[in-house]
Amino acid sequence: MNGAPIFTRPKFTRRGLLVGGSGLLLGGCDKLNESPGFRSLLIGSERLHQRSQRLIGGHEPLATEFTERDMSPEFRANGSRNVADIGYQQHVLDKFANWSLIVDGLVRRPLALPLAALQALPQREQITRHDCVEGWSAIGKWQGPQLSMLLDRAEILPSAHYIVFHCADRFGTTPYYESIDLIDAFHPQTILAWRMNGQPLPVAHGAPIRLRVERQLGYKHAKYVMRIEARASLAGLYGGKGGYWEDVGDYAWYAGI
Amino acid sequence: MSEAAEAVEPKGGELVRRHRLSTRIWHWVNLVTLTVMLMSGLMIFNAHPRLYWGQYGANPDKAWLEIGAIGDAGALRIGPVTIPTTGLLGIYTDGNGEVQQHAFPGWATIPSGYDLASARLWHLAFAWLLGFGLLAYLLWSLINGHLRRDIHITSREWRPSHVWHDVKEHARLRFPKGAAALKYNVLQKLAYAGVLFGLLPLIIATGLAMSPAMDAAWPWLTAIWGGRQSARSIHFLCAFGLVAFVIVHLVMVVLAGPINEVRSMITGWYRLPKDRGE
Repeated sequence: MNGAPIFTRPKFTRRGLLVGGSGLLLGGCDKLNESPGFRSLLIGSERLHQRSQRLIGGHEPLATEFTERDMSPEFRANGSRNVADIGYQQHVLDKFANWSLIVDGLVRRPLALPLAALQALPQREQITRHDCVEGWSAIGKWQGPQLSMLLDRAEILPSAHYIVFHCADRFGTTPYYESIDLIDAFHPQTILAWRMNGQPLPVAHGAPIRLRVERQLGYKHAKYVMRIEARASLAGLYGGKGGYWEDVGDYAWYAGI
Repeated sequence: MSEAAEAVEPKGGELVRRHRLSTRIWHWVNLVTLTVMLMSGLMIFNAHPRLYWGQYGANPDKAWLEIGAIGDAGALRIGPVTIPTTGLLGIYTDGNGEVQQHAFPGWATIPSGYDLASARLWHLAFAWLLGFGLLAYLLWSLINGHLRRDIHITSREWRPSHVWHDVKEHARLRFPKGAAALKYNVLQKLAYAGVLFGLLPLIIATGLAMSPAMDAAWPWLTAIWGGRQSARSIHFLCAFGLVAFVIVHLVMVVLAGPINEVRSMITGWYRLPKDRGE
């Protein structure tokens, strides 16, 4: 206590009042932030975002595509930049020659597609802007088959409503996962990119393939995709909110804004 | 300003109806909404405290504004100018006495700790209140004549001599008395019109322009600002434009008589200031 008097006359300085007032306001906001009722009210607006944005744009508008002149000189790699798993590292050494992508769940014909098979499918190339939830953006060129092509080939069942991406990168013990609905899954710009800026997709960006779902924020663009699963509902998938960040931190499942 | 008030000119000292219910409701809703939008917005900014011009912008690219920590000093950099801000921006000590490294300090953000997901929940939910509140208020004010009677700037008021006279009166802190105090002067009209038709629509439009789904639906909304990162920069500048407006607004309320002014915004009744000698 340094011998200082414990009780001093409170000084009502302007700064004190400001900081005190702000403290009161903040304390209230932090309490509200943790109140389940208020929080579910806030979370409820996510539905409003999804419905209104699809009402405005319809289901098919394309994200803006750019020219090579518009591309970021350097595309920032974010989130997982590598995968520690020994099996994955062996695939990197083999240039993914022995790797295949699993497509299963609510499909009539489950698939195991080697990288060469994905590369042999009709390709879509798009130069688009990647918008991170943090606020930054980078423009890059992506190439790969449309997800719709794989889902058609696997003959997705009518009972399927969601497409889940199971990834090789882990956060602690949990592998990364993400999901989208069929509107985004069958969108023409939704591709499984194995090429970026004219080169095979680098490990830092999610080799061998990463999802591009151009009308949503960056965390929906799953990297290191190993398995694609068609599901009727997101209940029962880890925390039930449809994605790693959605489950651990209440990030919005619909990330169109 | 009701018709009756115009017919019989009220004198200084009299109680008159000043603010309509719609104005009063919108005012207090905005106090909450804009506070939440600003504070949750500052938390979102903390996730990437750099601003750019153009479509793209990330850590490898050149930022025109940046808030951060260099060693153990906080700094705000705008273009070539770096301003030390230790304790306020970049580095600060939180309520528990712990040193934190974020652009805006915890007392200015919602939530007070670093939490991007929660800040986005607050920001995007209250954005609906801000947007539709503004729309409803503008429509209602158009219908009830508030915009035409009180905000519309007449050609006489646009005259430079008139504006200059008003600037001088403000500089001397001489405010209108008696019935004249019921009318907004040209500087007030400019400030309110600038917020109603400038800053608020601009901050909503640039906010929407940052949404990737909006960009697909309405590409022009992002293009007119010169790209997503330009829209983000303008969004941030508008936020501080609104902060500047609120500061001037509060100073004017204090100078004009805070109890009378606040009462008029709560009950609608306003006591006209007396003329000298009245």
